[in-house]
Amino acid sequence: MSQATALDGIRVVELSHERCAFAGKLLADMGADVVVVEPPAGSPLRGWGPFVDDAPDPERSLAWWHYNTSKRGIVLDLEDEAGRERLRRLVARADLVLEAEDPGRLAASGLDHADLAHPALIWVSVTPFGRAGPGRADLTTDLTVLAAGGPVWSCGYDDHALPPVRGLGFQGYNTACHYAVMSALTALVARGVSGEGQFVDVSMHAAANVTTEMASYNYLVQGTTVQRQTGRHALETPSLPSQVRCADGRYVNTGVPPRQPREYAGLLAWLEELGVAADFPEAVFLEMGAKRDFVDLSKIGQDDEVTAIFGAGREALNFVASRLSAYDFFVGAQRAGLPVGVIYAPEEAFEDPHFVARGFPTPVEHPEIGRTVRYPGAPYRFEKTPWRIRRRAPRLGEHTDEVLAELDRPDPLG
Amino acid sequence: MSALGHVRICDFTGQLAGAGATKWLAAFGAEVIRIEDPVKQGTWDILRMMAPYVDERRGVDFGGGFNNHNVEKRGITLNLRTERGKELLAELVKRSDVVAENFAAGVLERMGFGYERMKQLKPDIVYVSNCGFGHTGPYRAFKTWGPIVQAISGLTFSSGLPDQEPAGWGYSYMDHTGAYYMAIAILLALLHKQRTGEGQWVDLSCTEAGLTLHGPALLDWTVNGRPLRRPGSPHANRSEHPAMAPHGIYPARGDDEWVAIACRSDAEWRALAGVVEADWARAARFGTLAGRLEAQDDLDAALAGWTRTRAKADIVAALQAADVPAAPVAKPAERVDHDPATAGFGLWPTATHSKMGAVRVDGLPVHFSKTDWKIERGGPCLGEHTEEVLTGVLGLSADEVAKLRAEGVV
Repeated sequence: MSQATALDGIRVVELSHERCAFAGKLLADMGADVVVVEPPAGSPLRGWGPFVDDAPDPERSLAWWHYNTSKRGIVLDLEDEAGRERLRRLVARADLVLEAEDPGRLAASGLDHADLAHPALIWVSVTPFGRAGPGRADLTTDLTVLAAGGPVWSCGYDDHALPPVRGLGFQGYNTACHYAVMSALTALVARGVSGEGQFVDVSMHAAANVTTEMASYNYLVQGTTVQRQTGRHALETPSLPSQVRCADGRYVNTGVPPRQPREYAGLLAWLEELGVAADFPEAVFLEMGAKRDFVDLSKIGQDDEVTAIFGAGREALNFVASRLSAYDFFVGAQRAGLPVGVIYAPEEAFEDPHFVARGFPTPVEHPEIGRTVRYPGAPYRFEKTPWRIRRRAPRLGEHTDEVLAELDRPDPLG
Repeated sequence: MSALGHVRICDFTGQLAGAGATKWLAAFGAEVIRIEDPVKQGTWDILRMMAPYVDERRGVDFGGGFNNHNVEKRGITLNLRTERGKELLAELVKRSDVVAENFAAGVLERMGFGYERMKQLKPDIVYVSNCGFGHTGPYRAFKTWGPIVQAISGLTFSSGLPDQEPAGWGYSYMDHTGAYYMAIAILLALLHKQRTGEGQWVDLSCTEAGLTLHGPALLDWTVNGRPLRRPGSPHANRSEHPAMAPHGIYPARGDDEWVAIACRSDAEWRALAGVVEADWARAARFGTLAGRLEAQDDLDAALAGWTRTRAKADIVAALQAADVPAAPVAKPAERVDHDPATAGFGLWPTATHSKMGAVRVDGLPVHFSKTDWKIERGGPCLGEHTEEVLTGVLGLSADEVAKLRAEGVV
């Protein structure tokens, strides 16, 4: 018997769509039986690259692979009454429907919540502006969601002649999917008490709007507008740079400058350990900071000694960074008690010894191509109901017969 | 009726990475009790006293961010340096379903409340910890803030333009997302407990959570050996996969005004060209996706030349009317006060804080047909509910609480 899962026996029907695929994966990797429904031509996601060996093929789409782990896949032709009837029967014994169709599309086929609901059914709809919202749902992409929803305004460079930047990785979709999963699980916990399912309306635009930290709530509270800055928080007034280029040409984030006496002590000890303290004229101020009981930052600019100590802390980090590789700076500063970070490319983070030691890279068998592929691993470590990729993403229609046969048998879960 | 009214959470979280998780649960009716340190006046959560401010008042009860992230929660103080404080915490754990915290790894254990101890107190407790690197592995003692998490997990790097340093995220995206994963973890563990009676520990590492957000890019690395760190990459405003061109952020008329445009198909490109009505847009080399991808620098420059002289709203209206995906790069005022898609969704509820008064806060981007969220009460002032919780939940008398206060226990 396999290990217990948090979503044992929870049946999810997912109508394949780029906007909700990640939510289905998060549920499936925690043990839900997610059946992803594709049209006969296959999900459009199968047309997204990159592809294995750069050879475009619906079974070699790495986007499809990534977003559909642990799911079973079936093909249903919803243009056809026989296909629609199969979907109705599938939903009749499901706990949860996950879909991201443009508002009105399912209703037109008689396949919306109002048509298929049963009392215990939870239905999570992920749409660009919510089911009743204004706006052209059919004209949204990850880019437009993040632009109109706020994140893009806050990201970019000190030089405002450069455009603001949309980070990669489909974060507009990811955020909506996190909210879809939070909603699905909240509704499941509520159903565990009341026995009743319900309809959940997730707005991607709203999700982006409340995932902007100060950009929204500084405006809400004091009516101010943050301005983007290179590699650090967008703020109303400029802050000092926090990204430094190291001796190997790579960048680090030096974080919040040292403020505590123990941080100055750690920094000084590190300079000495590296044998460069003598080359750093302001080392004496670090020593002064280390010996204080308290460095009162509100006195910066007024008290010469406090100003010098704080300045020396910042300068010491820049000084060391110029002499070390980004990785050595990161590890050395952290060991000295300073929260700094190396700016890794995703693949460099993936191969980092910490994440490897924790088993983050997760091998998944792909027998059709005779390869074991390493996937991104668990976002959380559950003691008793571990996250697990149960199987690679389904091939087109791989489980159609299996799932339809289940529908013809009495439901073992009643 | 509320979704989570039966759940009590003993909440040590702070900042956004933790407090954002219990905000969701509290808005759905969970009884969330924040535990704060009376000696340090709750300032472990630095947002308690940080801007934004509603007026000239300052101090631990006036941080606008704290209020935003802690609506609908109750707050008590307990001095865990004292034996009596520890006893009271033990009593609270016995009466809780969940303990949530986002201290650095090991902090709660050093206070005497590691998972083993909590399990002794409450065998079916759900304990969810959220820290930078998790509780195991070579970097477990390393410390992070949101921007550090983003740097290490690859998210800072993947947000940038060619020949520039990383642009990163202009806010703590991973504090938000760490909180979302933390809420998901708590809810998953509650579901398991609901069905089996069994609690458990969940170790959430924010940097690993960040590593789950790169989509297929990591498989391109593990399968095809293609790194994101390569010449010309990242070019974050473009879309290599799925291949789209044009796809980017273009200047509009005015000061720091920008517009996002994406063509997913040749049909959308032809529609855009029809709106632009210029010779360059009719050029044969732009007629196919392959051609547009090949000449993307020229295409972007030409399109930017067209957008630069036009108002953001006019560009979006004209392109959408032609069925082309386009959106403004919205400034805070535009999306908070002039956007029917947020206001109409009820996204900015007003919460009443005991000292700040009525303040608009971030709502939740979802609606439930039966047990929807509710945000009415502001974040707790320091120790605002100490007496209420100690009498109501732990059964102490008001006199006993007064005595504890005099002794510095609460």
